[in-house]
Amino acid sequence: MSNQIPRLRLSGITKTYPGCIANDGVSLSLEAGEIHALLGENGAGKSTLMKIIYGVIKPDKGELFWDGVPIEISSPAEARRNGIGMVFQHFSLFETLSITENIALALGDEAGDLDRLASRIKEVSQHYGMALNPDRDVHTLSVGERQRVEIVRCLIQPISLLILDEPTSVLTPQEVDALFVTLRQLANDGCTILFISHKLNEVKALCHNATILREGRVTGNCDPQIESTTRIAGMMVGEDTPLSTEYPKVQGAEIALEISDLNLRSDEPFGTNLKHLNLQVRSGEILGIAGVAGNGQEEFLAALSGETPLNQAKIIQFNGNDISRFRPDQRRRLGVGFVPEERLGRGAIPEMSLTENALLTGYDMPLKTAGMINFSACRSFARKIVSSFKVRCSGIESEAQSLSGGNLQKFIIGREVLQSPKLLIAAHPTWGVDVGAATAIHKSLIELRNQGAAILVISEDIDELFLICDRLGAICHGQLSPFKPTLETDISEIGRWMAGDFATEVA
Amino acid sequence: MIRLEPRGQQSKLMAWVSPLLAALLMLASGAILFLALGRDPVEGLYTLLILPVQDLYGISELSVKAAPILLCAVGLAVVFRAKIWNIGAEGQLLMGALGGGYVALKLIDAQGFWVLPAVLFGGIMSGMLWAMLAAWLKTAFNANEILTTIMLNYIALNLLIYAVHGPLKDPDGYNFPESAIFSYDATLPILIEGTRTHIGMAFALFGVVVVWVLLSRSFLGFQIKVLGLDQSAARLAGFREKHLVWISLGISGAFAGLAGVSEVAGPIGQLVPQISPGYGYAAIIVAFLGRLHPVGILLATLLMALIYMGGELAQINLGLPVALTGLFQGMLLFYLLACDVLINYRIRFGRSLPLTTTQGER
Repeated sequence: MSNQIPRLRLSGITKTYPGCIANDGVSLSLEAGEIHALLGENGAGKSTLMKIIYGVIKPDKGELFWDGVPIEISSPAEARRNGIGMVFQHFSLFETLSITENIALALGDEAGDLDRLASRIKEVSQHYGMALNPDRDVHTLSVGERQRVEIVRCLIQPISLLILDEPTSVLTPQEVDALFVTLRQLANDGCTILFISHKLNEVKALCHNATILREGRVTGNCDPQIESTTRIAGMMVGEDTPLSTEYPKVQGAEIALEISDLNLRSDEPFGTNLKHLNLQVRSGEILGIAGVAGNGQEEFLAALSGETPLNQAKIIQFNGNDISRFRPDQRRRLGVGFVPEERLGRGAIPEMSLTENALLTGYDMPLKTAGMINFSACRSFARKIVSSFKVRCSGIESEAQSLSGGNLQKFIIGREVLQSPKLLIAAHPTWGVDVGAATAIHKSLIELRNQGAAILVISEDIDELFLICDRLGAICHGQLSPFKPTLETDISEIGRWMAGDFATEVA
Repeated sequence: MIRLEPRGQQSKLMAWVSPLLAALLMLASGAILFLALGRDPVEGLYTLLILPVQDLYGISELSVKAAPILLCAVGLAVVFRAKIWNIGAEGQLLMGALGGGYVALKLIDAQGFWVLPAVLFGGIMSGMLWAMLAAWLKTAFNANEILTTIMLNYIALNLLIYAVHGPLKDPDGYNFPESAIFSYDATLPILIEGTRTHIGMAFALFGVVVVWVLLSRSFLGFQIKVLGLDQSAARLAGFREKHLVWISLGISGAFAGLAGVSEVAGPIGQLVPQISPGYGYAAIIVAFLGRLHPVGILLATLLMALIYMGGELAQINLGLPVALTGLFQGMLLFYLLACDVLINYRIRFGRSLPLTTTQGER
């Protein structure tokens, strides 16, 4: 590589939290104009490392060199003064303010005159191919546009290092391509980009260099253009973890769940209204719904679970029963299982033990008699979940919050699957879960399908949907696309559906 | 330099050490207070905490004070577990006294074993319905129960005052604002001969057991705890939130109502304007001091009852104002809240290390 002084060099960065080492002697070197990937599983220490660079966290040990000079970045404001910008995974924008106002808030005193700022925003966004109208209110923007606002906010000031935390997780495939164009242009202008991701294909498409983290340590450096995907994946997850396999696609039998013209107005100020949703899930098949977050998934799931009561008949029918007006417990009793999006919270109570969390939805196993809890039944159910789903924990009395994300998700999936549901509705079943756990979860869903259950999966991860689903569709602005067998469609068609273009290709 | 460092997870040990630490800090501050008032701190604390329970009579009086506090506090343990903040035990207690007293006055000429149960039932139902008013306001109009229960306390107090000045005043009572004395069959039996320890204390101890079973063994208690820890989880699991609000507030009001009727049908024996020296409020402190656990609440009740008695003795023996009771109660709650910080944080001495903004996250 070049022999010039690197723009940013990290040496021996170590950060310890009570109970875990987030970063263990991490060294990293970023050149000017380089797009550098920081790869790793959830929990590998990527977030901690970039928070250290951005001055959110101070390392316990180790040094940072900026253009060869040792520096200490004590706050994000100081990072920004040094020309470091960061786009977080979760945006921090005020919905009711305009783009200009949001950026002015972030800049503080340096914002200056709002009209001048607005024209500067227009200029910068056009230069990098991210058209934005600075006067629009943020709540009218799509997720992709909001991300552009965050990026433009960083670019308004002189910038020499841009950090992006999992920027593509909220974008449609087409939006991802547009983002990459922008990032390449930025790099050509000499800006260094630190691209944090766990998606190998994106890193291969975009980055010049990659540093791989596992369990807080650097496990490899490579040129992702040259190195094989398998080798990089191996460095990410450890050589011993089995990687994903392929599952045969099947056709479902009779209709288990039928939704006819579901319309729902959202109570939330910026919620999505559901418009004319129609859907059939057959027993023995997995139906997948792709979509970018915030397009009505939450509202749809709440209507399916019964959390949002419907006051019309014949909207949701399940195995011949009209369950439109049923409460969640009544739906459960008919054999509907739910895996919610939030693991800690709706899926499991963080402060409660695994035994109690087994009782949370398994109460009709039955785990109670005459209103009293049957604790030995709860414990044996919890033990069964832990052993058959290989949940790593220090015992069934350990609190749900003490488990890693992947293990807790295996527990929740196990709890629902072992109740032998006739219909399982799973939201983002492997979100933020390591590859090993994701594979285990996929296998258990396939197994449940093969036993004849109907499964509905709503996910943002297209690769996952293509891997496990038998039929696919997408949701956008509260409307559903048509559904097609997975084998008859492709990523670009689903991508267009995710963006709201519901035209079908003639096969 | 002293600073707080996040523990990353809650300390189970500290959850139980914190109330003890708070009690110790209260004693230390109390000693300083006595010094500042020019009294011997040892004598002051002795008067406050040991003198009241030196003999059987003292202990029996402690039980008289403890019974209503304990009843209110175990009821609050149920509703607080659901994170429904019922500040209205005082009003529910007064309504229990008024409702039970009304029944007792209507049955003043009746005789038989059924009279007392009827009186108690009247008290329990009145307390329960009073609390359910707040449940109705919460479930139907989303009204904050902290505000409604506090306001209902004042309404209850004024209803009681109106009753003893008007409709329930003793016609032969020389115009004093009191009701007639309840009949023998409408009053609570004494448990220990020669003392004022009445069966209300037995009710309270039974209440401890009932609430313990409810919270740790029953599915209803489990649902209440889940609702308190995470509303959205309770909703997804199919627990009926509104029902649980009604039930838990009702249980809490019923216990407070029983406390109230046990006072008027017990040591007081009639309806008077002053039934409770703030038992319902003290019970809030007791419930938190006892970590919302029935056994912890039992211990905390004894301490609180002792402070009530000690405050009166300090007034008699040391010539200090009875406000001392409220002061000690206040200090106890204050220190408890402060010490509870240590459940989530540990104290570190030494040089300031970098602050972490996101604990435990990698």
